[in-house]
Amino acid sequence: MTGSTALRARGLTKRYGSHNTLVRAVDEVDLDVPAGQTLAIMGPSGCGKSTLLHLVGGLQRPTGGQVWLAERRIDTMSERALARLRRDDVGFVFQSFHLMDELTAVENVELAALLAGRSPGRARKRALYLLDRVGLADRAAHLPSALSGGQRQRVAIARALSNEPLVVLADEPTGNLDSAATVEVLRLFEELHAAGQTLVVVTHDARIAAVADRVISMRDGAFADDNRFASTTTGTVYGGWR
Amino acid sequence: MQDVVLAMLAKEPAHGYELRGRMRDALGPLGEAMNAGQIYVALARLGRTGLVTSERADGLPDRPDRRVYALTPAGQQRVAGWLAEVSWPKPDLTEFHLKLVAAAAGRLADPVALVDAQRREVLRRLRDTQRAALDRSVDPVVGVLLEGVVLRLRADLEWLEVCERMWTERDRTGRKAEV
Repeated sequence: MTGSTALRARGLTKRYGSHNTLVRAVDEVDLDVPAGQTLAIMGPSGCGKSTLLHLVGGLQRPTGGQVWLAERRIDTMSERALARLRRDDVGFVFQSFHLMDELTAVENVELAALLAGRSPGRARKRALYLLDRVGLADRAAHLPSALSGGQRQRVAIARALSNEPLVVLADEPTGNLDSAATVEVLRLFEELHAAGQTLVVVTHDARIAAVADRVISMRDGAFADDNRFASTTTGTVYGGWR
Repeated sequence: MQDVVLAMLAKEPAHGYELRGRMRDALGPLGEAMNAGQIYVALARLGRTGLVTSERADGLPDRPDRRVYALTPAGQQRVAGWLAEVSWPKPDLTEFHLKLVAAAAGRLADPVALVDAQRREVLRRLRDTQRAALDRSVDPVVGVLLEGVVLRLRADLEWLEVCERMWTERDRTGRKAEV
């Protein structure tokens, strides 16, 4: 996958309303995310970062511009093809986890694979493998209500990985987590990054920068700044109070 | 620095290098920037004011790091006073605030661009500190310090967001007024 582009957008635009009430949630954005990159998109609420994530993940249609996911143009796809693409090629992680309360951790994780037509045996095997990977092998039979916030988010990340997505898109994944649980999720993202997973995280939490190769600051629907970090090796730690 | 050195000696007398080691352990990656010379300067001053005594250790060369330092009763009193004192480092935001005001007033630079540059720098520091905190080998006590630094830097980023909103708005209304 190295060298290829996982996500590409050109002139991507989403407008709401008309005339006097026109809001440019996303305004002519160009974006290239190379495969294997961990990209964080930051900005104040209302800057358009969640809308951008929905557009590149095929959850919303743009009002202008083009989007490609691994060389496949998605903004012109049929609703049906788009649904299949979201299921098979995109892993979503949300702030409020979106787990099914009446299903156990392993059932939540395997659901996506079952919907994609995998055999129950294979789906279960993969789900158990993923739960082990996120450090929750011993919680497989627990209901979400018996898990902590950090554990629930890790189950949600395992679920996002179930169909080996081309890209994982996360919307405020640490928004509902305390400090210790945030660290758990950051470590997991770091591992996914090391394993070559392409990851786009939209967040208000600057701690995500610790595991990102690149941080884009967004305001008024456009990119205001694009920070690329040379490598993810530990640099100099800021010493002293300031 | 003098109060810290004094308090670190309160448990028991120690060699200069031991004292340095204790401080390094407590600071983790933040201690790498610490200058060993500062400790010996502090110890020398504390010696002159009668708060510590030191003696040459048997069989070791007579160098500041090899001497054994101990608190005097006056030193112990000072430590007790320091522990009871309520002081807190003040983050100084006025300089950056005035930089933005001056830049805008004299049209020297775009305040929003200055905010962007500052944000990049704070983000880089936050990233490095959070990376150090994610390291599984980090001592939990050191982790508490790293988390404190991260929390402060996050507050700085939030404040920069407030600055950005303000100066973006000013820029818009200013241009309108000119038309």
